[in-house]
Amino acid sequence: MSAIALKLVNAPATAEPAAVTAAVPPAPTPAAAIAERPVAIERSEQAVTPPAREGLGEGGRDLLRRIIPPVFGIILLIGIWALVAIKSGNIPGPDKTWAAALKLFADPFYRNGPNDQGIGWNVLSSLQRVGIGFGFAALIGIPMGFVLGRFTFMNRMFEPIISLLRPVSPLAWLPIGLLVFQKADPAATWTIFICSIWPMILNTAEGVRRVPQDYLNVARVLGLPEAKVITRILFPAVLPYTLTGIRLSIGTAWLVIVAAEMLTGGVGIGFWVWDEWNNLKVEHIVIAIFVIGIVGLTLETMLLLLAKRFTYESR
Amino acid sequence: MNKPLVKIEKVGQTFNTRSGKFTALRDINLDIRSREVVSLIGHSGCGKSTLLNLIAGLTLPSSGLLLCDNREIAGPAPERAVVFQNHSLLPWMTCFENVMLGVEQVFGRKEGKPKLKARVEAALAMVHMEHALHKFPHEISGGMKQRVGIARAFAMEPKILLMDEPFGALDALTRAALQDELNGVMAKTGATVVMVTHDVDEAVLLSDRIVMMTNGPAATIGEIVEVALERPRDRLALAHDTRFADYRAAVFEFLYRKQLKKAA
Repeated sequence: MSAIALKLVNAPATAEPAAVTAAVPPAPTPAAAIAERPVAIERSEQAVTPPAREGLGEGGRDLLRRIIPPVFGIILLIGIWALVAIKSGNIPGPDKTWAAALKLFADPFYRNGPNDQGIGWNVLSSLQRVGIGFGFAALIGIPMGFVLGRFTFMNRMFEPIISLLRPVSPLAWLPIGLLVFQKADPAATWTIFICSIWPMILNTAEGVRRVPQDYLNVARVLGLPEAKVITRILFPAVLPYTLTGIRLSIGTAWLVIVAAEMLTGGVGIGFWVWDEWNNLKVEHIVIAIFVIGIVGLTLETMLLLLAKRFTYESR
Repeated sequence: MNKPLVKIEKVGQTFNTRSGKFTALRDINLDIRSREVVSLIGHSGCGKSTLLNLIAGLTLPSSGLLLCDNREIAGPAPERAVVFQNHSLLPWMTCFENVMLGVEQVFGRKEGKPKLKARVEAALAMVHMEHALHKFPHEISGGMKQRVGIARAFAMEPKILLMDEPFGALDALTRAALQDELNGVMAKTGATVVMVTHDVDEAVLLSDRIVMMTNGPAATIGEIVEVALERPRDRLALAHDTRFADYRAAVFEFLYRKQLKKAA
């Protein structure tokens, strides 16, 4: 039933571009024809879902099919971990780590002086550093991306600089930060700034370059002033690209903060890992790995959802 | 028919390409009268879209002069609205907002919000899209998108409406429905229209004059057919009208006997 519905919807969509290309050579037409396709397919999917809902068994089976593989994966991970722990002796197994985690998360927000704070505080201060460094990077990187995308001269001017600096590990900038700011905390933030700015500049610039000429022609024919072109056309058209840049930036920033904090000390999840290593509490290090992973995953998922909200099917 | 609204005098267009200069158009002379519907027809690559872009002001001619209402066309303006081939609705705006964008620009300084809103609603109602005011372009079909594109152009009350293969991306049935729709709207508003098309039936059905272009490169106007069919025109009645068949034959004659051999 569903296969037939799909075929029916698809048939005109596939026949259309052929007829069009035969008659019209300019590029816009096939693009328009392709743009129409996702809509048709999506509708057919919507049409297909309700019958699946009729029999609750099928919907449930579909859900199981999605859930079972990840569950297997996690069981496998825990199994290997337990095996390694038994063999090696000094790596804590899942049971020991679980017990330690329960204790640790019973009171995540305690404060016993600057070097002994709950894991909650450590995570929050790492997030704060990422937020500040990343915020500054967005403040400078996104407008800069717009400029580079809009003006070829500026793009050619900055391209070699960016190409030269981008492959440098952000940690190499840490001593410069320490030198300039004379303090560990802003130096770590500075490192985050450096590593998050590149993807934002490059993706925004690429987005600006890819704004369809049609949209700009519409703006010209309607006689929109430059301010309106930016707010009503360029900004929404570029937003999905910028959001991709932001997602990449946040990912890198979260990777880098752990390393930076190991070097600078203070409060933060990276420092905490190093501190627990010095205390030889290996189960806490394992917990930290999970916490870092979960926070990173959460950041990524949130940004993905945000990007989905601002992506338009017809592009 | 009255005084010319658009005058095209000795216009030529040359592009600089990697393999040297490419002459797309030469010696174009054409007057478009007020309230007239003119279609440009020719084989692909004959520069019909180039000519339309020149009238729109999206590109400027290499030689010659284009006048609209006795003023030189120096750039695009809302007085010369364009219906783009692939609708070009902005996907992050609803149909209403898409039409409003142009209306605001043209009438925003003189009129209040309620009046602008009424204009947008009237324009969308004219193309029978009042049911989809607050839908996004990806939620409606290709034909509906093009209706909204036409509404956007008409809502600005342009002196002349330029259409670049407005129905080229649509299937035959939707195209016919939209052609009838357009015929109705043109009759109601008395609009001046220049339309690029590759569809001979469409040209005869909609136009007062059909401008037939020779093959590129260096294309120019070959012949002009005056279509003296009275309006309103009815597709079904015309199908049996010998005059309709004659006009059709005249265009086919030009396209497939006089111009085909040179076509690449």
